[in-house]
Amino acid sequence: MAKHWGQHLLKQILRVMLLMAATSIVTFMLMKLSPIDPLQANVGQNALGSMSQEQIAKLREYWGVGADPVKQYLSWAKDFCRGDMGISLLYRQPVRNVIAVKLSNSLLLLAFAWVMSGILGFLLGILAAMYQGRLPDRIIKGYCIIISSTPTFWLALLLLLCFGVWLKVLPIGLSVPIGVEAAGVTLGDRIYHAILPALTLSITGISNIALHTREKMIEIMESDMVLFSKARGESRWAMFRYHGFRNALLPAITLQFASISEIFGGSVLVEQVFSYPGLGQAAVSAGLGSDLPLLMAITLISSAFVFGGNFLADLLYGIIDPRIRRGGQHI
Amino acid sequence: MKRIRLFFQNRRQRVLVGVILSASLLLILCIVGAFCADAARVTDFSRKNLEPGIPYLFGTDWLGRDMLMRTLAGLSLSIGLGVLAAAVSACIALILGIISATMGKTADTIITFLIDLMMGIPHILLLILVSVALGRGFRGVACGVALTHWPSLARLIRAEVLQLKEQPYIQIARKLGKSNWYLAKKHILPHILPQFFTGLVLMFPHAILHESSITFLGFGLSAEQPAIGIILSESMKYLVTGKWWLAVCPGVMLAAVVMLFYLTGEQIRKLLDPGSVHE
Repeated sequence: MAKHWGQHLLKQILRVMLLMAATSIVTFMLMKLSPIDPLQANVGQNALGSMSQEQIAKLREYWGVGADPVKQYLSWAKDFCRGDMGISLLYRQPVRNVIAVKLSNSLLLLAFAWVMSGILGFLLGILAAMYQGRLPDRIIKGYCIIISSTPTFWLALLLLLCFGVWLKVLPIGLSVPIGVEAAGVTLGDRIYHAILPALTLSITGISNIALHTREKMIEIMESDMVLFSKARGESRWAMFRYHGFRNALLPAITLQFASISEIFGGSVLVEQVFSYPGLGQAAVSAGLGSDLPLLMAITLISSAFVFGGNFLADLLYGIIDPRIRRGGQHI
Repeated sequence: MKRIRLFFQNRRQRVLVGVILSASLLLILCIVGAFCADAARVTDFSRKNLEPGIPYLFGTDWLGRDMLMRTLAGLSLSIGLGVLAAAVSACIALILGIISATMGKTADTIITFLIDLMMGIPHILLLILVSVALGRGFRGVACGVALTHWPSLARLIRAEVLQLKEQPYIQIARKLGKSNWYLAKKHILPHILPQFFTGLVLMFPHAILHESSITFLGFGLSAEQPAIGIILSESMKYLVTGKWWLAVCPGVMLAAVVMLFYLTGEQIRKLLDPGSVHE
C-alpha cells in the first residue's frame, strides 16, 4: 500500500501550498482594506503638514498608498517566490534580515515551551486519568481549569511581578542585558533573559494537552482490554506501558502539533509583556504601524509552521499507528 | 428540610441551580459594571496611588481613579462584547457546518478549505489582521472576535451532521419519503442543538480572553474606555515601581469571570449530554 501513502503525501503537500497562497491573499486583502492611513500612523499629522507635496507623494509611494492592490500583490508574490520578501517599512531593512534576527530570538522560547508543555501535559494528563477522581486528578484538573481561564498576558505580568520586581532574581525584560554591546552578550545571558517568557508559555501550554490526554486516557481505562489487564492483576505501570501509552499518544500528537498555533499566539502576548524582541513583538509593531511586507512575511512564516506541524503530525501518525500506514485512508 | 435535601441529591437539579446561580451572577456583574462606567472616569488627585483598603477595595491609580469601578466597568464591557461576538460566531459556525455537511461536495470542499485556512493563521495574528482591516477600535475588536471563533465549532457540527446523515433511522425516514425539512427538524436539529449550545457557552470564555488580549496589545478599544485589557496594559508601566494592585486585582477578577463562564459551560454540557447522566 506504499503507493497509497505516497499519493496521500503528495496531496497533502499540494494542499499546504494552496493554503499558504490563500493565507497570503487573505492577509494582503485585510491589510489593504484597512482604513488606517499608514502615513498618519507613522509620520504623524504635524510632520505631514509641514511637508511639500512632492515629499508627501514620495512617502505615499514608499508606504504603497493608492497603488493598485492587484498589481502590488502580484509583484510581491513574484518577489516572494524568488526568496525576496521585500523591505520592512518600519525597520528600513530587508524583511529577511529582520525576520532572521527575530525568529532566532523567538525560536529558543517557542521550542522550549513547546517541548516542555507537550511532555509535561501528556504525563500530567495520564497521571490524572489513572487516578481518576482522586487527589492527583483533582489537583491536575484544578490547575488546568485555572490556567485555561487565566489570560496569558496577565500570567506573564504576575510572574514578572514575582520574580522580576519582588524577588529580583530574574530580569524584567528584553533578550539581552541593557548597556552591553551585541558582541558581549553570551548564550548564558540570552537563556537568563528567556527563562520567564518560556516559563509563562510552558505553564499555559500544559493545560490544554493535559485535559485532552486525561479524557482520552479515561476512555482507555474504561475499555475492555484494561479491565482484562486489571483482572490479570497487572500493575498500573504495566497498564500504562502496554495499553495506555500508544493509544493515548495518537491524539496527544495531533494536539501537540496543533498547539504550535496557540504557542505562537501566546508568544505574541508574552513577548509584548517582557518586551522580548521576538517575532511576536515584531508582528504587533508591524500591525500597529501598517508595515505590510513585514506582517505578510510573519503571517506566512507562522502559518508555514502551523501547516508544517499538521503535516508532520500526519506523517507521525503513519509511523506510530500501523493501521493507518497499511490501510490508507479507509480507517 | 427533607424536601430540600432530596432536591439536592438529584444531580441534574443541583447542576441546574449552579447554572442559574452563575448566570445570574454574571448578569448582575454586567449590569452593575455598566453603571460604574461614569464613576470609573472620575479622577481625583487627592487620592492617587492608594493601596487596596477601605473605602477603595482595589486601590486607586496614578490619576486617582477608583480601580474597583474601573475593573467592574471594564469587565462588563468585556463580557458584553465577548457574549455578543461569540453568539455571532456560533451562528456562523452552525450555518457553515450544516451547509458543508448537506449541500454537496463543492460546498464541503470550499468550507473545509476555509476552516483550514482560518485555523492555519495563529489566532492572535488573525485577530490583529481583522482588527487592523476594520480600523481598530470597538468595531475592529467586535468583528475580529466574531469572525474568528467559528472554525472549530463549524468543524464539530459538520462532523456531527455527516455522521447523523448515515444513521439508519434517518436513512429509513428518507426512504419513507419524508421531506428534507422534516428530517432537519425532527431528526437532525434535536441532535445538533445541545452540541451547538454547549459550543456557544464554551466559546464565551475564549471570546472574552481574546478580546482582552487584543485590547492589551493596543489593537482594540481606545485608551479612554475602561476596558480590562487597557487597564492591564497601563498597569504594566507602573509595575516596576511596585504598584502591584493595578495589575493583580483586575486580573484576578477577569480570570474569575472567565472561569465562571467555563464552569457554567461544562455544567451545561453535563445537563445536555445524556451520556454523562450516570457519572
